[in-house]
Amino acid sequence: MAISKLLIANRGEIALRIIRAAREQNIATVQVHSTADADSLAVQLADEAVEIGPPSAAKSYLNIDAILAAAESTGADAIHPGYGFLAENPAFADRVAVAGLTFVGPSGATIRLMGDKVAAREVAAAAGVATVPGSEGRIDDLDAARACAAGIGFPVMIKAAAGGGGRGIRVAHDLAEFERLFPQASAEAKAAFGDGGLYVEKLIERARHIEVQILGDGEDVIHCFERECSLQRRRQKVWEEAPSAALPADIRNDLCASAVALAKSVRYSGAGTLEYLYDDATGAFYFIEMNTRIQVEHPVTEWITGIDLVGEMLRIAGGAPLRFGQSEVRTRGHAIEVRLNAEDPANGFLPAPGTVAGLRVPGGPGVRFDTMLYAGYTIPPFYDSLLGKLVVWGEDRPHAIARLKSALGELDVAGIKTTAPLFLALADEEDIREGNIHTRWLEHWLTSNSKTLSR
Amino acid sequence: MATKQILSLLPGIFYRSPAPDQPPYKSEGDAVAVGDVVGLVEVMKTFHEIKADSAGTLTRFLIDNEDAVMAGQPVAEVAG
Repeated sequence: MAISKLLIANRGEIALRIIRAAREQNIATVQVHSTADADSLAVQLADEAVEIGPPSAAKSYLNIDAILAAAESTGADAIHPGYGFLAENPAFADRVAVAGLTFVGPSGATIRLMGDKVAAREVAAAAGVATVPGSEGRIDDLDAARACAAGIGFPVMIKAAAGGGGRGIRVAHDLAEFERLFPQASAEAKAAFGDGGLYVEKLIERARHIEVQILGDGEDVIHCFERECSLQRRRQKVWEEAPSAALPADIRNDLCASAVALAKSVRYSGAGTLEYLYDDATGAFYFIEMNTRIQVEHPVTEWITGIDLVGEMLRIAGGAPLRFGQSEVRTRGHAIEVRLNAEDPANGFLPAPGTVAGLRVPGGPGVRFDTMLYAGYTIPPFYDSLLGKLVVWGEDRPHAIARLKSALGELDVAGIKTTAPLFLALADEEDIREGNIHTRWLEHWLTSNSKTLSR
Repeated sequence: MATKQILSLLPGIFYRSPAPDQPPYKSEGDAVAVGDVVGLVEVMKTFHEIKADSAGTLTRFLIDNEDAVMAGQPVAEVAG
């Protein structure tokens, strides 16, 4: 049944994105918020707002009981979890369903399956999708792990089965280092995630991060082509593009087809992203994990395909079948997104919350700025440092980079430090203009350039 | 005996222990030396230690575990 009133269980720029998508479909909106977000733009723009707790996310945006109570008191019939917070918490998706509400996303069972990296690798293998060479399932015994690592060949990564977002990963370059790190990693995973399960995986040193956007309705699945997110700092993406400049057409077809096969095998419903490592020296791609939610960088895909991904999520959750066949999904031009964070890039990316004294927003053709900022807004220190996403479109990649530079020149967030100077510098880098990057390029570049990133 | 305050230089959420399942860095009545960690502030998902800048006895905390703290707000008192 189509959604009539949607509760947004998130905050910041993604809450605004969801409110806008809902409004276009005549869906009423309920914004839940902590006491620290009472003056947020999302609270101002939603039809209703309900306070659900104090600033600490554990007591507000992660408080399932308070969120469900807000849904009941306002008569919301669906909940959109955004990204982060409860978006990939299968217990939350189950609780929403048990309460008789629609969860805008896949079922709790699918989130649980794809959220366990070992299980997800097994799903990939069954669907014929290559994964990074590594242990067949979790390894708890050091002797077996040692033999496995030696078989794969160093360097290897030791990963927590229950980890995510780059947390709980260690790199061993030889057997001695592996024997030292393995017990540490197990103890740390147990403490951090309540699950000491580990697996071992080959480290591809010059990998690109390429991911495929899919949409499924529980029966059919289509892809919306790929994004490349190789520019990362501490395994957090900072600059994303669509399409990838690195993929030959035949490999793009194989990559996107593999994502569809995998998502079809779990009868996926909603928007999802399959992340891969791509070795441009060999042309091989390896599935790493699936994110069962909308992603921060979804606008680059929206721009090159013309598909409103958040809008489609709402239609699918409301019971509608996919509105497009695969042959109707085409791309045009090139899009780039950069993440504007409240961090000082010249000072170790130290978080820099504060009050926005003034705001000049870039505009013109091919420029989109998804942000929670307004002049006079005080950015609370309690949450993610993401302030907004500057997204540009151009006829081709050089045109998009030119527009990015132009838009960054117009952007002015007075009173606080942001990551904008980083992107202005990167837009002039030859390796970036040539597309000659990999997932560790940025950290290497920062070791010699970060001190120059002030203005 | 002079009483001094330990301030949080950053805004965020204050924690008295390094992790939820671990004991607090300091309890009221404990001795503190200059540089001892007395708590953590979580600011935008990163954690920063709060250290004592005077020695003596930590007489009391001025803020509860997991409470919001503003930049420059005192979190504990030290009698030295």
